[in-house]
Amino acid sequence: MPETAETMLKVDHLSVNYGAIKAVRDVSFDLKKGEIVTLIGANGAGKSTILKTVSGLLHPASGDILFEGRSIAKMSAPKIVAEGISQVPEGRRIFAGMTVKENLQLGAYLRKDKDGIEKDMEAMFKRFPILKERLKQDAATLSGGEQQMLAMARALMARPKVLLLDEPSMGLAPIYIQEIFDIVKSINKEGMTVLLIEQNARQALSIADRGYVLASGEVKMSGTGHDLLNDPAVQKAYLGG
Amino acid sequence: MQTFLQQLINGLSLGSIYALLALGYMIVYGISKLLNFAHGDVYMLGAYWGYYTINYLHFGFFTALITAMIACGLAGVIIEAVAYRPLRNAPRVAALITAIGVSFFLENGMSYLCSSDTRNFPQVIKRKAFDLGGVTISNIQLIILVTTIILMFGLMWIINYTKVGRAMRSVSTDYDAASLMGININHAVSITFALGSALAGAAGVLIGLYYNSIDPLMGMTPGIKAFVAAVLGGIGSIPGAAVGGFLIGLLETGVTALGFSAFRDAAVYLVLIVILLVLPGGLFGKKQVEKV
Repeated sequence: MPETAETMLKVDHLSVNYGAIKAVRDVSFDLKKGEIVTLIGANGAGKSTILKTVSGLLHPASGDILFEGRSIAKMSAPKIVAEGISQVPEGRRIFAGMTVKENLQLGAYLRKDKDGIEKDMEAMFKRFPILKERLKQDAATLSGGEQQMLAMARALMARPKVLLLDEPSMGLAPIYIQEIFDIVKSINKEGMTVLLIEQNARQALSIADRGYVLASGEVKMSGTGHDLLNDPAVQKAYLGG
Repeated sequence: MQTFLQQLINGLSLGSIYALLALGYMIVYGISKLLNFAHGDVYMLGAYWGYYTINYLHFGFFTALITAMIACGLAGVIIEAVAYRPLRNAPRVAALITAIGVSFFLENGMSYLCSSDTRNFPQVIKRKAFDLGGVTISNIQLIILVTTIILMFGLMWIINYTKVGRAMRSVSTDYDAASLMGININHAVSITFALGSALAGAAGVLIGLYYNSIDPLMGMTPGIKAFVAAVLGGIGSIPGAAVGGFLIGLLETGVTALGFSAFRDAAVYLVLIVILLVLPGGLFGKKQVEKV
């Protein structure tokens, strides 16, 4: 990424509490237009909390979150979607009892351009052909990997400027894991800015431009994906030696 | 056979009222996970709205019905915003007790304002009976059945085929995920209370017309029976709530026809107990599928 690329998202000295627990402490990072940035770290490192706070499901105890230069720290979740940040939540959270099509339509909930929605839905079928086959099916009947694709397509239906992905490979069969990472990479190649959270650090770092290593709610290390992947300390702690 | 058919007609008429109430109960429960014990009292408000507007403003039946739906819908929105919204993240029992409080407030508030006397509902439509080979059906029963069916299909259409209905269903499934779609949870909950309460208001006017008499405590028992109907049909299923309502109505008239009218409420509660023991998901209950 060229150094001059415009900063899309800037998380500035962010702290978030869950009641008395300080889940995130003084975390700062940024995301430039067109980048994939990944936050890696063990369970409980505060990764998901950061993403939920960016999305407005949680609010910071201190610090700020800037999107295209404006603070979004106090905005509600729906307002942040309207600003252009969509999240694929951990565990996919597809709407069970609703069809695949309805899930996709909900992704475009804030949009009014009927033709554009129709066109984007066709684009999703091209990228995720399985969704077209399952269009009228209850989304709960999809396999885990298919649900992950639906969750990603649903988020993309909002036409976001930034896509947040929370553990997209979690709980998936190995055959899907590689596919999901390939899809993330290809969405990014088409211009999408991506913030990716993963426990699967090796895969995440190998597609990321830059990465941040979190532990106990703090940033411990940062660098390019390549550098972190080859860093002995990171290898020892997160890549299984 | 004739008696059977006659009771069937009577049961379906009464069941329509329960079905309307059960539908409102169910959609409100679906989105807020709250047993809105004040639901039956909103139905009472609807009956009083009909009473006053017909007597003093000389509204016709349909004007009274539609304005009662609007007024009760508004009442539902206000009740939710004032009483339940502040407790949305509180333990469920707090909201439940609040709902009982709202119920008492409405019952006693109406007793205070309008006296607790039973009143005669104005007979705005002249009762006519049609004889169909020994079975009588009144025009009022027909109006109740037709109105109920129109309202039920209207509700199903809104919930299943409109954008607002999709939003309501998504919020019922998962608040956070719905927020991430850009859906304002408060709006979706308000709309649901408005729809549910509007159905209760319609039921109130219809029962006034059917039974002639209204009083401030008239909503207590039907409210509970509507809840039984929703459980019988299967919480979460709209057709289930409707079918449950009709079945409860049929059961009640059947028990009465057999000469056990003193036990008709007991029969309904017995159904609740049996259903919870034998078929806790109800007749049309959705099976919960969870994938890892």
